[in-house]
Amino acid sequence: MKALFDWLDNRTGYRRLVHEALNENVPGGARWRYVWGSTLTFAFVMQVITGCVLWMAYNPSNQTAWESVYYIQHEMWGGWLLRGIHHYTAQFMTLLLVLHLMQVVIDGAYKAPREVNFWTGIALLMLVMALSLTGYLLPWDQKGFWASKVATSISAVTPVIGADLQKLIIGGTEYGHHTLSRFFALHAGVLPGLIILLIVGHVYLFRRHGLTAKQPRRNRDVPFWPDQVFCDVVACLAVLAAVVFLTFWTHGAELGSPADPAEQYEAARPEWYFMFLFELLKYFPASKTFLGLNLEVWGAMILPGLMVGLIVAMPLVGNWKLGHRFNLGVLALGLGFFGVFTWLAYAKDGANASFQVAKVAADRQAERVVELARLKGIPATGALTLLREDPLTQGPKLFAQHCASCHRFDGHDGLGNPVKDPASAPDLKGFATREWLTGFLDPEKIISAHYYGGTKFAKSSKMVRFVQKDVAGYGADQKAMLVKVLKALSAEAALPVQVVADTADAAVITAGKALLAHEDMRCTECHKFHNTDEDADAPNLTGYGSRDWLAAFIGNPAHERFYGERNDRMPAFAEEKTLDGQAIGLLTDWLRGDWVRAEDAAKTASP
Amino acid sequence: MHDPSPTEATNPPRRNFLKQTITAILSAVVGIVPGLAGLLVIFDPIKRKSAAPGGALLVTRFAGLPADGVPRRFQVFADRVDAWNTYKNIAVGAVYLRRGQDNHVTALNASCPHAGCSVSYSGEKGHYLCPCHDSLFSLDGTIANTSSPSPRALDALEVEVRNENEVWVKFRNFQPGHKEKLPVV
Repeated sequence: MKALFDWLDNRTGYRRLVHEALNENVPGGARWRYVWGSTLTFAFVMQVITGCVLWMAYNPSNQTAWESVYYIQHEMWGGWLLRGIHHYTAQFMTLLLVLHLMQVVIDGAYKAPREVNFWTGIALLMLVMALSLTGYLLPWDQKGFWASKVATSISAVTPVIGADLQKLIIGGTEYGHHTLSRFFALHAGVLPGLIILLIVGHVYLFRRHGLTAKQPRRNRDVPFWPDQVFCDVVACLAVLAAVVFLTFWTHGAELGSPADPAEQYEAARPEWYFMFLFELLKYFPASKTFLGLNLEVWGAMILPGLMVGLIVAMPLVGNWKLGHRFNLGVLALGLGFFGVFTWLAYAKDGANASFQVAKVAADRQAERVVELARLKGIPATGALTLLREDPLTQGPKLFAQHCASCHRFDGHDGLGNPVKDPASAPDLKGFATREWLTGFLDPEKIISAHYYGGTKFAKSSKMVRFVQKDVAGYGADQKAMLVKVLKALSAEAALPVQVVADTADAAVITAGKALLAHEDMRCTECHKFHNTDEDADAPNLTGYGSRDWLAAFIGNPAHERFYGERNDRMPAFAEEKTLDGQAIGLLTDWLRGDWVRAEDAAKTASP
Repeated sequence: MHDPSPTEATNPPRRNFLKQTITAILSAVVGIVPGLAGLLVIFDPIKRKSAAPGGALLVTRFAGLPADGVPRRFQVFADRVDAWNTYKNIAVGAVYLRRGQDNHVTALNASCPHAGCSVSYSGEKGHYLCPCHDSLFSLDGTIANTSSPSPRALDALEVEVRNENEVWVKFRNFQPGHKEKLPVV
């Protein structure tokens, strides 16, 4: 064994290298305050390793970026762990960079002859920030998409070259395939390559000038190994433990729903360490100008540029008698500014009700798209298609936009927002279910706001008169018959949520159907029900509430199959081409509670 | 490596040894953990199974396959899952079908059992030729040249004729390079 190492040493001289590396002099003895550089190197190596593995599974394009990250996060062995480690290590890197900078400035380690080393460090800080910015977009979820869009739009306000600069950054005029390819090439190739070069230079210069000891020196000098290595390794272990803990605690990094340029995203926010810039921009509206430049240029470029400039100038300022104190002041001011503005940003979001609602909605949609991807697989057009064709996702939006000016859904507009004006048409939550129909046929309820209260039928309609006179006077027998009729009518809808009840009550439903058609119940005096009665001109109850019936009704309620000329105010959505067939189908399915559910799939899978 | 370092001069050697050992172990832990997290993901493909085993697929009808015993090439369409994507009815491979006078149909997987290239049928010479390494196969798929690098004949597939004229093939891929016909799993 020794012979082999001797041979290797003879050919490579590795022993001297190891010796050099480990015997670096630590003036004044090992100290915890010197660990930051090592933890950063460790974090960077961790990012390179986890990043390369993520690279093996990631696919940068409009239709595959989110999808491949979904696959990593939810389908691949340990994918969530790997992604979580990469994500949280990135957060820690930013934090460690700030700590490293603080230590260097406080200890005066930036002063001559170490200026160049300080500047390479600042360049590294900038490159790591660029890594964060580019990495944030890669999952191509709503959060990353909209936050990056804001960042790149800001580049467009750059005087003179703004428009071209933005095109260069995003690889075209719009966000798309090339935006991802560019960001990915920067994130996984160009930036890490530059960082490696600069780290080599940074460490070389550090070795050249030696460690700046914190004064006064506590102990006599020691070599790097083992005392300082021990401190460094324990610090790295602490970083690793924190990263792994956070990953397990949150079950990995968040993945929002896929990027949708057509869908507003009110919860768009940058990563926490850019939140202070996000907040800062609010005070610099692009609508105003100062010294001929619009305020956004000042807020997004000149001011942050000045901050960086002050940091870069530290070694030069440090030569001045009061320079070090000035630099400490700059550092404290910068950190204070960062802290205050970060706090302001979060405090405002915390107090912003519509932001909170948007966040909850975004989380729900993110869960739904994962559920759909698992149940149905993702089509070649991407996961967005799953959401676009999902009644549970689209139904509430369509309802809020087209129906909620008159109707309500469980008292709200479908999306959960309250509506100011009182309802002027029935509440459609549970439409055609037994409960809904029971309430409708209740003399107490039929002209309440929940049903016909806001419509013209409340004042004059045969149906209301029938319920308020006939039904109100029903005896026990007739009431029992009505229950059967309602079950039969509700069964016409074949609602997925009522399958079990409908199957169990098959006999009652058959009896109810016969009763409904019988003249004693008086339904068929006005309504058709599996018959062709020319005189019956109230809505046809054949297939009442079924997909076909409801879609046709939404398409044209004034059709003779439904209200005919007596239709109140409801628009004919298909006839007037307000909604296309797909939208009406989505709305219909949502109202009927007809969408793919994980529970149903689980039931069919295990009989 | 054996110069007396300041540490050794001041600290008792035992404490120094302990610290060195602990530091070395911790360094190893810190170095290994990130790699371990990646290993799981790298080995994820091991657990993936081939989507191929499925029922027979409708490839053509008799109208598209004359009863002259001449092989004709057909694409096979099926549903496929490719990582996160689910595709409906896409081309997943090709087969050569032959129908004799008695309406008996035989099917051969068009992929060469040597290294997986796609063989082509030459009507003039009446055999299949693999363009990659010159394997020759006769009409029934058996090896036709002694210098053939292919270890076995072209892979025959199960055929069913349904409704008098529909040709259904149980499409399978087999591992190239082996003497035995081992399905891809």
